[in-house]
Amino acid sequence: MSLAVGCRARPGKSRDNKTGSWRVFRPLFDHEKCSKCGTCQVICPEGCVTEDKDGFFDPDYAYCKGCGLCAEECPKEAIAMKQEEK
Amino acid sequence: MLEITEGSMAVAEAVRLCRPQVVSAYPITPQTHIVEALAEIVANGKLDAEYITVESEFSALSACIGASAAGSRTYSATTSQGLALMFEVCFNAAGMRLPIVMTIANRALGAPLSIWNDQQDSISLRDAGWLQFYAEDNQEATDLHYIAYRVAEHPAVQLPAMVCFDGFILSHTYEPVDMLSQADADKYLPKFAPKDRLDAADPMSFGMYATPDYYLEFRYESDKALKDAKSVIQTAGKEFAKMFGRDYSAMVEGYKLEDAETVIVAMGSICGTVKDTIDDLRSEGAKVGLLKIRVFRPFPSEEIAKALKGAKRIAVLDKNISLGAKGAVALEVKDALYGSGIPVYDYIIGLGGRDVQKKDIREVVTLAGKGKGDQFVGLRREVL
Amino acid sequence: MADKTCELFDCGHRACGGCGAALAARLMLKATGPNTIVVNSTGCMEVFSTPYPETSWKVPWIHSLFENSSAVASGIEASLKKQGRSEKVVVIGGDGATLDIGMLCISGAFERGHDITMICYDNEAYMNTGIQRSGATPYDASTTTSPAGSQSFGNKRPKKDLPQILVAHGSPYVATASIAYPNDLIQKVEKAVNTKGPTYVQIHAPCCTGWGFEADQTMNIAKLAIDTGLWVNYEMVDGTVTKVKKVVRKPVEDYLKTQKRFRHLFKPKRQDAEIAAIQAIADKNAAKYGIDIKLKKE
Repeated sequence: MSLAVGCRARPGKSRDNKTGSWRVFRPLFDHEKCSKCGTCQVICPEGCVTEDKDGFFDPDYAYCKGCGLCAEECPKEAIAMKQEEK
Repeated sequence: MLEITEGSMAVAEAVRLCRPQVVSAYPITPQTHIVEALAEIVANGKLDAEYITVESEFSALSACIGASAAGSRTYSATTSQGLALMFEVCFNAAGMRLPIVMTIANRALGAPLSIWNDQQDSISLRDAGWLQFYAEDNQEATDLHYIAYRVAEHPAVQLPAMVCFDGFILSHTYEPVDMLSQADADKYLPKFAPKDRLDAADPMSFGMYATPDYYLEFRYESDKALKDAKSVIQTAGKEFAKMFGRDYSAMVEGYKLEDAETVIVAMGSICGTVKDTIDDLRSEGAKVGLLKIRVFRPFPSEEIAKALKGAKRIAVLDKNISLGAKGAVALEVKDALYGSGIPVYDYIIGLGGRDVQKKDIREVVTLAGKGKGDQFVGLRREVL
Repeated sequence: MADKTCELFDCGHRACGGCGAALAARLMLKATGPNTIVVNSTGCMEVFSTPYPETSWKVPWIHSLFENSSAVASGIEASLKKQGRSEKVVVIGGDGATLDIGMLCISGAFERGHDITMICYDNEAYMNTGIQRSGATPYDASTTTSPAGSQSFGNKRPKKDLPQILVAHGSPYVATASIAYPNDLIQKVEKAVNTKGPTYVQIHAPCCTGWGFEADQTMNIAKLAIDTGLWVNYEMVDGTVTKVKKVVRKPVEDYLKTQKRFRHLFKPKRQDAEIAAIQAIADKNAAKYGIDIKLKKE
């Protein structure tokens, strides 16, 4: 891959960096309890929480760092943090 | 069209003809007349540009970086303290490969404070990755701006360029200068059309950071681009000669060099005084010549070695000094002549606006003839 | 109206988990939309988002130096004007880049009245270089260059009030916001980019690594800063305060005891005088901006 003049790049390659590998705890999203408020999607610093066709939310585990903000902020306590299996 | 004009005015007019879209300006003696002239030009609708009166030279070049990255041809001018303040930004602009053109009205660096001419300022930034042109007279100073934009913006180069001309000696002196017409300038210098720019239609990140895995290669590429500029300068110069009759294709220019035994090497307005002295010396039978360096970066090593092949001794005039060592031009000329066996003598001269007269050049030639060099010329021993 | 579903800050960036600044970047871009050019100062955000060749920015973006973003933005704005282009120019930098080393350039840009929006993600120290004190570091916060010790209680000075300084420059819109209230943040950034002239939004972005708290507490701590009056969310239109977030105030201690950078105020010995001094700062903020919700008298 040849160098871009002036150290420049188009977007896209940051996705090569799978930050999910950083995780110690993973968030588990319980759709039964979810009220579809969307808070988790708004406040995720990675922007990796997406809405499915039914209006429920899930994180992208390839990028989720397991920071736990979604679990902490969910008004319905629908997200629980579980230690990753080694 | 030939006009008698002040150097600064001629430069301002040349810049006008190059149609920059953004001009950023901060005043500093002796460049001030240039930015004042450009302000008037813009205020009277003679140039369709945004004129930003920045709050420091640091911001002047930073604004140019933004404007250039966004796709505008851009311009600024500075000297001495202002250029020193821009130190960090100069490296940044070159590393980001932005073809900004900046006039340097060469002036000594403080301390002690001096507003008068020498070349310490631009020479101290020779590492930054900018093209560096040095003008002998106001005609060259004017023409080199068209050349600078043309070369800087070339896809094989994409580097910023400094056009240096001696402060006061050239900037504030009236000389006859042939100015191009706008139609001619437009023919020589097409519209700025960079391949990449900041554009929401095609988002790119400029100025990312490079880990040790990449930095070395980026520096290699920049060095290569600056060296590749040699052939671009040649082509651009030949084209200018074809269109306007003045040839800037060579990076160095000889004067009465052919059978010269002592060759003086110099940059800038001092060359005029040297030529006059050579004429006198020649009429007395001395075999003296001049090699003028017009492009200092990229450094014309091979061209210098070729031109000086037959000389017996070289006297380099340095209007700068790397304190604790020698003048920059001498050191690089010496490197170019390494292995030739030709002695190279360094003469530190004209610092801080000290007037250089024919008698001083004669003294240099005499000293070189005696094998004495690597010294200051013209010291007032009575105050030491 | 801002499209809150638009994601212009890509995954894969290297911010710490729970990073307030990363969230600020995501939310800011929801407010500005894709027709934006971002100028980013050197610092955490620039470093975690653009290691060549990976970039998280899906808008045109430029990083030049630490302190010159406002000057670079001035040049971009001038260029766009000449080219007849419509992109918004947004500058973003940390508190070090904005309040300290960037002061010269930001003052010049605001004095000249460029149509740019300056955003500061305020994590209250030079975080990227390892948590050193800046002009935005709060009173008594321990940083590596203002450490608590036997002869020191940490940072000796209160936060520099940059919003006021920029109002003095004639900025038509200046606001403070916090990641604690994302919708408010988005609204304010949107208002800032749509107001002609130089505008400013300072966003409180707590830093778990630098302040010493668990990553999942970022929002809680941001809320506590506001609830205690140590951070005030307000808007100033043409120099007049027009909107303030009111709170039922909690004592500053509730905020201070959550972070390692204030630990020395409680351990090994409780420092009542220092805590009182910090309470006085909060009280002063409360009086100045009128943040206390007046509870009905019995």
